Amino acid sequence: MALALHTFATVKDANAALKAAGTRYLGGGTLVIRAANEGDVSVSGLIRSIDPALSAIAIAGGKVSIGASVTMAAIARHPELGILAKAARAVGGPAVRNMATVGGNLFAPAPYGDFAVALLALDAMVGTDDGELPIETFLAGRDGSRAIVTSVSFTPPKADGFRFLKVSRVKPKGVSVLSIAAVLGQAADGTVSSARIALGCMADRPMRAKTAEKALLGRSLTKDGIAPALAAAGEGTSPITDPIATAWYRNEVLPVHLGRLLLS
Amino acid sequence: MAKVPVQFTLNGSEKAEFIDSGTTLLNALRDKIGDTSPKGGCHQGTCGACSVIIDGELRLSCLTLAETCDGAAITTTLGLAEGGVMHPLQRAFLDTFATQCGFCTPGMIMAAKVLLDHTPNPSRDEVIEALSGNICRCTGYEPIIQAVLRAARANSQNAA
Repeated sequence: MALALHTFATVKDANAALKAAGTRYLGGGTLVIRAANEGDVSVSGLIRSIDPALSAIAIAGGKVSIGASVTMAAIARHPELGILAKAARAVGGPAVRNMATVGGNLFAPAPYGDFAVALLALDAMVGTDDGELPIETFLAGRDGSRAIVTSVSFTPPKADGFRFLKVSRVKPKGVSVLSIAAVLGQAADGTVSSARIALGCMADRPMRAKTAEKALLGRSLTKDGIAPALAAAGEGTSPITDPIATAWYRNEVLPVHLGRLLLS
Repeated sequence: MAKVPVQFTLNGSEKAEFIDSGTTLLNALRDKIGDTSPKGGCHQGTCGACSVIIDGELRLSCLTLAETCDGAAITTTLGLAEGGVMHPLQRAFLDTFATQCGFCTPGMIMAAKVLLDHTPNPSRDEVIEALSGNICRCTGYEPIIQAVLRAARANSQNAA
């Protein structure tokens, strides 16, 4: 059965239409249309909004706000979003990046959602018509979320304070074994003063490595300094097993790759 | 199912069709319009065989709804040859044996065309990156990479 697409000029009207049973929001199509093509018959109607605000990128007052319909390709080529370029380019191939949106990536199940991992490390706020939510809260409740995501916003760290790594078996493009994003603050003596580490593929959705974050505080970014953090990296994880890697493998290689990221 | 009107430019020709709402561009092109150059491979956005160029950007027609393309300019591999003369990319694919079963070829050529439109003299790494969303199970990729580089050289010689 074909799906019926309903297009609305405003997010408010689209939100109202999304209250109907059997409807899903259509962003770039890389998740929703894929599900339909795979035979997901739970969806009978697709809702989308063409509100221009959803495609806007605003950088002002030390804050970045990205509309939910902005594509990975648009982020990757934006001259002022250099810190996010690597994470945006980690998503799919060129065609997927021309379609996949910021809002959609927040809903992408593991092993997808590499960009959301970066946003989680950046402590982004997720905007809807009802207000803003911390991304961690949003991700925890995303399965029951019906409000259309309108934007994500964050305060960019210093250029050298953000690190991102995607590990895949196929180069240059492959599905994630895992991905890691970290925002690190360093004191004058080089020790870590703040740490926010996000992991992809280590649960069914992006998660924080909170024990590892605490173990990094006051430590230097040396092999010995990061050892306690690496030992704690797998705490609380529940990795997926898929054709790319088993949960066991992901847990085994997580400290290796986290170490490489922290020492890079 | 209600039919919806959709109009777009396909390879320079105006097209207007009534389609079922929710029809993918791939199905509209193949089943309604008769352009079978985009192939339906995985229907998941993984293989790239359905790649087309929409308003200058590479897109996957299997994941794009036709009605979202209203007013767009769409290019497929079918529209590349002019006056019975193959496009330099098509010529290079034949000359370097970059096509075996041929199923991935239209998608590869679309991805390569977008690359050459923006980067006329790409490096080998840029070619590999541009083709990274397209899967070929026959050739091992090397002849395809060589074809794109050869087409780029042919373009630059023609321009000189």
